[in-house]
Amino acid sequence: MTRRVVITGIGILSSIGRNLPETINSVLTSRSGIGRLKHLNSFHRDEFPFAEVQLSNEQLLDLAHQTPSSGYSRNALLGMIAAREAFVHAGLDKIPRLRTGLISATTVGGMDRCELFYGDFLSNNTRNEYIDVYDCADSTEMIADLLQIDDYITTISTACSSAANALLLGTRMIRNGKLDRVIAGGTEALTSFHVNGFNALKILDKVPCRPFDTNRNGITLGEGAAYLVLESAEAAQAGGREIFAELAGFGNACEAYHQTASTPDGLGAFLAMERAVKISGLDPSAIDYINAHGTGTDNNDVAEGLAIERLFGDNIPKVSSTKPFTGHMTSAAGSAEAILSILCLTHRIIPPNLNLKTTMPEIRFTPVTELIKNIDVNTVMSNSFGFGGNNTSLIFKRI
Amino acid sequence: MTAYINGTGLISPQNTTNPDQFLPELAEYTADFLQAIHPNFKEYINPIAARRMSRLIKMGITSAKIALTDAGCDMPEAIITGTGLGSVEDTEKILSGMISGEQLMNPTPFIQSTYNTISSQIAITLKCHNYNSTYVHRSFSFESALQDALMQFLEGSADTALVGGIDEMTENHLQITRRAGHWKMVPVNNLRLRTYITPGALAGEGAAFFLLGNHQTASTYAALTDVKTLYDLKRNLCIEEVVTGFISDNNLDISQIDAIILGYNGDVNYDSVYDKLGSGPFRETPQLWYKHLCGDYYTSTGFALWLAANILKHQLIPAGIKINNHPGSNEIRRILIYNQYRNINHSLLLLTRKQS
Repeated sequence: MTRRVVITGIGILSSIGRNLPETINSVLTSRSGIGRLKHLNSFHRDEFPFAEVQLSNEQLLDLAHQTPSSGYSRNALLGMIAAREAFVHAGLDKIPRLRTGLISATTVGGMDRCELFYGDFLSNNTRNEYIDVYDCADSTEMIADLLQIDDYITTISTACSSAANALLLGTRMIRNGKLDRVIAGGTEALTSFHVNGFNALKILDKVPCRPFDTNRNGITLGEGAAYLVLESAEAAQAGGREIFAELAGFGNACEAYHQTASTPDGLGAFLAMERAVKISGLDPSAIDYINAHGTGTDNNDVAEGLAIERLFGDNIPKVSSTKPFTGHMTSAAGSAEAILSILCLTHRIIPPNLNLKTTMPEIRFTPVTELIKNIDVNTVMSNSFGFGGNNTSLIFKRI
Repeated sequence: MTAYINGTGLISPQNTTNPDQFLPELAEYTADFLQAIHPNFKEYINPIAARRMSRLIKMGITSAKIALTDAGCDMPEAIITGTGLGSVEDTEKILSGMISGEQLMNPTPFIQSTYNTISSQIAITLKCHNYNSTYVHRSFSFESALQDALMQFLEGSADTALVGGIDEMTENHLQITRRAGHWKMVPVNNLRLRTYITPGALAGEGAAFFLLGNHQTASTYAALTDVKTLYDLKRNLCIEEVVTGFISDNNLDISQIDAIILGYNGDVNYDSVYDKLGSGPFRETPQLWYKHLCGDYYTSTGFALWLAANILKHQLIPAGIKINNHPGSNEIRRILIYNQYRNINHSLLLLTRKQS
């Protein structure tokens, strides 16, 4: 009883916009969100650029309509705002409830509070209300409470593919008849914890990231949250609402090679894309555009580029990485980039791979470097690969 | 959809690493928290690789290998893990460095602090390119992993799945989470845990892996028939209705449940939820408990699943885990596990004896 799964609502909050309309405007004007840190007090604030959400925690509290007294993490606030936007965008606040789930993704969870108050946690009782917001489930339950969702909730963490796996699980649960609707996506706030971690790995670029460029030198960290409303095609008929795309294919594969590196030939990336194409029932030549994982690291871009060439042969779709817009939103990247991929279908565009000057010599194709408008885009693929070789590809189709 | 438990591997505060033995005696502690008894990791993990791994990673890989060997499986078709907190030790290393103003130079603790490290390290060890995912939702973490595996079988996308639940406790994390009211304030005797009329649970840890298959094999312990998680959004759940509803959804009535395993913590604030079932719908059912053996942690139902699978396989209830003295039926055919976290996150697992 495989059911079709469609997207009826989108919510996104990132360095390129507080909501979907602002995000669309940034994409249509090729405006990047990368700049200097204003809100996170990181040791490395002057050393690297970041794609920070341009709102303080107080402003986020206000946007989320929450009172300052409660123990909220930045992670939870970002998630609540974006998830509610998706929920309202789909009109779910106006139609009768069906079986609805929430599948959220994060890796740092409430670390943004924990790293500030860790000394207090160890020595005194002044910050006890923040102890239980540290884990990954906290932001998920905050969103569930806000949207009153309780038919199924869970949290996924597969590093930088987390939100793509949340969309994958939501799709499977609807296809298998377990749920009718799922709000799926991810949230991730910038923290000193992971800025320090990525710095120790020596993969932060000192200038805004340059995926697929021969001079690329690492990633630019971003933050934000992005959620989509997935529904069975039947459930989506209720209330005469708009359908933005079908989630037609998904593939999950494990590189099984190294904790933080891809195989030189991108086997895991190839397998994830190949599985997604197979589930969609499409021929690879039907894919018009790939929103690449394209982090800007030496290793990822070669592995992903070669994997794309292996799967698509001489018929390589248009390719770009949108990380020079949003930065690498880590656990939220999968759902944020799924949304940017869907905009290609709804707005007939291909977003550019900003900051690309000289395409790296290891690949035969050249990513798109200028915004393309008024183009027929029917099927798009979005890649998300994570530490541990947790690789996931998703395919979206125009309805 | 039914899954068969075809192999198990458990590292816990009890002597559980030998799958041929089933709790011959119970380990007794008077402690702040229960620590897992480690096997010799060198027998399971290449010592060069093991040197950089923190304790939880080693516990996870080792218990996974024990489960695979037990089932005679070389290559699972999916690897799915659940962990509430991941490697606490690695996270603490980074946080402690940050409060003393040090720059993080060694990336290993950061890499290992990501929650999917264990499932990906197992994949690297096995060179397994199949489906791989990690769930990190408090006391739903392990249950979500099981539900994913059951759905893989339903879809026909895998015939076997290696599923695990892994969590650890450290001195610092105990001290911090005690402030939030999670744990008992003084050391307690684990085997007498239910006699303490004080707030808080006894913290514990463990790594439990299961090789699930969609076919019964010679090594099958039992069948996992259904898994349910329930988030009590409105904080007004009637647990008796939920559990009886779950049983009737499985076309059973309560008299067909031969034992119920309850997540008692000896916690005066939350144990009454279990009492409602024990003195209500399950008053005529043999009632068992397990957290005095392994302590409480987000993936403790991994221990409970191991316990239930072994009871069904051996048709034996070990000494020291009964709550009531109901004689029960001659054959133990079905076991229900019920656990809850702070009366908000509830989970149910139903097991059935293998067909002879």
